[in-house]
Amino acid sequence: MAGSDSRIRVKETEGVTLIEFIDRNILDEANIQAIGEEIASLIERAPKPKLLVSFANVDHLSSAALGTLITVNTKIRNKGGKLCLANIDPQIYEVFVITRLNQLFEIKESTDEAMKVFG
Amino acid sequence: MSGRVSLINDRDQINALQDLIVEGAEEMGYAKGARFALRLAVEEAIANAFRHGHKNLPADTPVEVAYDLSDERVFVSVEDQGPGFVPDAVPDPTLDENLETPGGRGLVLMRAYMTRIAHNPTGNRVEMELRRPESV
Repeated sequence: MAGSDSRIRVKETEGVTLIEFIDRNILDEANIQAIGEEIASLIERAPKPKLLVSFANVDHLSSAALGTLITVNTKIRNKGGKLCLANIDPQIYEVFVITRLNQLFEIKESTDEAMKVFG
Repeated sequence: MSGRVSLINDRDQINALQDLIVEGAEEMGYAKGARFALRLAVEEAIANAFRHGHKNLPADTPVEVAYDLSDERVFVSVEDQGPGFVPDAVPDPTLDENLETPGGRGLVLMRAYMTRIAHNPTGNRVEMELRRPESV
């Protein structure tokens, strides 16, 4: 699914697209832009996208990455789909709390918990 | 440990500088949380300098980063060559009406994670200080 230079891994499970990051640090704006474009193409292909983004093994996340997640969330919602985030390290979760994005995104502790969101 | 670096918008250079500061802090015994805060704040300050400060400048225009680490505190300044901005004029992205706006969170994170941040009157230089918790 993802190209050889992709910074994400993509897997389809029970109608849900599971996205994992290859890098521990999601900081580089060029990479973040490429990730955003890759996710956007996944959203475009699905009639009603169901995306689960896992942050397992992610140590750092910048505001540019948060911006991309917001854009992804808007695109999914506009197509009547659903986005859920999971496996967020407590230190990174604090970034979501500080920016109040924990109130915008649906966030679950584990992939299993997140899968339940999609019914 | 202190230094001054002229930095171009190159990921390897930015990573190397972040590593230098964060690893320096680790050697001085700063805790994991403090090192997480430092990497994030330095990332956001440098990203803002290039993304906003240098928006209309040649891509190879450098920013100047100075750092000074001591047992009591870590100081980092980032100065760009752009026209500057008015920090208080940046919309608060944590307000309900701005929650879905993709940008504007770098400053919020820098303010949240650093003990002190201050801009010069022109707004093209930010100073950040992280004091070791027990010395606050």
